[in-house]
Amino acid sequence: MTAPLLQVRDLKVHFQVRSGGLFGTSIPLKAVDGISFDLKAGETLGIVGESGCGKSTLGRAVLQLLPATAGTVAWLGSDLTALDKAELKAQRRNMQVVFQDPLASLDPRMTAGDIIAEPLRNYHAELSTAEIKARVKEMMEQVGLLPSMINRYPHEFSGGQCQRIGIARAMILKPQLVVCDEPVSALDVSIRAQIINLLTDLQRRFNLSMLFISHDLSVVRHISHRVMVLYLGKVMELADRDALYRTPRHPYTQALISAVPIPDPEKERAKPRVIVNGDLPSPLNPPSGCVFRTRCPKATEICAQVAPPLEHAGAGHEVACHHWRE
Amino acid sequence: MTVLDIRDLTVRFATHDGEVAAVSNVSLSIAKGECLGIVGESGSGKSQTFLAAMGLLAPNGRATGEVNFSGMNLLTAGEKALNSVRGNKVSMIFQDPMTSLTPHMKVGRQLAEVLVRHRGLSAADARAQSIAMLKRVQIPEAERRFEAYPHELSGGLRQRVMIAMALLCAPELIIADEPTTALDVTVQAQILDLIRIAKDETNAAIVLITHDLGVVAGLADRVAVMYAGRIVEVGDVRQIFKAPQHPYTKGLLACTPRLDDETGGALLTIPGQPPNLQRLPPGCAFNPRCAYVMERCLRERPALLPDAAGGLSACFLTNAQGAP
Repeated sequence: MTAPLLQVRDLKVHFQVRSGGLFGTSIPLKAVDGISFDLKAGETLGIVGESGCGKSTLGRAVLQLLPATAGTVAWLGSDLTALDKAELKAQRRNMQVVFQDPLASLDPRMTAGDIIAEPLRNYHAELSTAEIKARVKEMMEQVGLLPSMINRYPHEFSGGQCQRIGIARAMILKPQLVVCDEPVSALDVSIRAQIINLLTDLQRRFNLSMLFISHDLSVVRHISHRVMVLYLGKVMELADRDALYRTPRHPYTQALISAVPIPDPEKERAKPRVIVNGDLPSPLNPPSGCVFRTRCPKATEICAQVAPPLEHAGAGHEVACHHWRE
Repeated sequence: MTVLDIRDLTVRFATHDGEVAAVSNVSLSIAKGECLGIVGESGSGKSQTFLAAMGLLAPNGRATGEVNFSGMNLLTAGEKALNSVRGNKVSMIFQDPMTSLTPHMKVGRQLAEVLVRHRGLSAADARAQSIAMLKRVQIPEAERRFEAYPHELSGGLRQRVMIAMALLCAPELIIADEPTTALDVTVQAQILDLIRIAKDETNAAIVLITHDLGVVAGLADRVAVMYAGRIVEVGDVRQIFKAPQHPYTKGLLACTPRLDDETGGALLTIPGQPPNLQRLPPGCAFNPRCAYVMERCLRERPALLPDAAGGLSACFLTNAQGAP
């Protein structure tokens, strides 16, 4: 049993939001509200949930791109939230991020080569220009870009190719952890499959740990070893991939899975539907007790009073629901 | 009974780099009560086909061909005739309800206006019918929502308002362009259910434009697959998903990650990049990415013809053109 690379404990990120105009009072928006998980070397943890569930905020807080309100993020045993700027910079080379919008996350005035080389220049001042260029070309090949495109600008690439540049930039320092925040959501179907395969391939080749943030449950099933389901900043369920998709315990997970359309007319028309009513409540005014209770088909009185703790529901399977056994 | 009949529709846009054909020689027809799914990736021409059909092209766009609806050719009909059709006999539902509703007008007024304008109803009758329609699309507290501004509603409620508006005049044709793409998956499921109910209750013809094969699998009766501005395959929904004929359709299905996929191996992919409409290759536009490409595909463009599976496909391997 290897020690986890990353240990997140009771992480909270609250934003202060002004309500009721210019002189209104400031109230907390609990984007991430007490999330804990471990991530091992070479493991991909999928983080799923609908908009506003806190999945992107969680990814940013893990990387210390957003300050945590409370809780700890331990990297190989040392708490990142306690580090000063210089120490953090030294650690950051091990953790990189890939964003959703491939074109917006690349500087339009820099060439592909300069973009991919930037982390190398930041962390390896000793490298000569020729060495940097050689490493950039090698990385371009590894992500499926022609090294001859090194002097082109982002607008000369397609969306899929831009995402490959973003991935090359993230991989060039050989990091141990990559946070992918909706990396394929902006891509067309045929290109999405190429990028999913590339990420899986890099993950295996470099024994990467990955946080794969996505709203797409089909993609997450494909790429993750374990999956965490979030709703309004809280963990609803956390389990191994197959356990989560075959035997989802939380009513929210069950609803999410039944809501995803399957590209098969027979199956799609025959499958049972768990339709949850209504929309996501405002995160500024979350329901008391269990945050999912206002849309939950199983909700009872206790759900309004007591927030359910994460309970053990099998090997590595945790669920936060008063009624998961029913 | 055919509701909409598109014949040889071509849409060209004038750009700085010359003319670009976004849609080329598309022919389609939709019958009463039928749901036709239009599938394709961005730039395939799936939206432009129907924007052109409804006279809603951008100013630099030009459409040729025929769009027969309600006894007239919409491409040659004047603005006045089009206005009597749009919002009345044809309704459109777009992806982003926030940008398709007027932000400074209460939802109720926008709904009632449709009835006053197209049906000549009094304000009171229009109000009553609008509220009844909001209830029919399962909007809770419909009377209160009637008085709300679009920004006061959630994305899901706004899309319900759009559907209510689309159903108000009992249209013969509903064009839904990526109606659930901007929505969360649980809300998407609610809206798809609503469209399903509307389809069964109204008997309107529905065009469902989407990139999501799962959405099409659940709703459509027939599917047309577009690539680089042309239809490459049309057929019954079950046939398309069970026995796709065109290599592009096969590729699309194979490269889509599925929720019910337990194997988790590498996805099959369609190699290469999406087509650049300004630099299409000669012959079949799919030839640079096709696994079955032959010498003939580089020279000649295959026509859309009947294939062995009972649909139409545009590939030398799948239809009679393959025979010497």
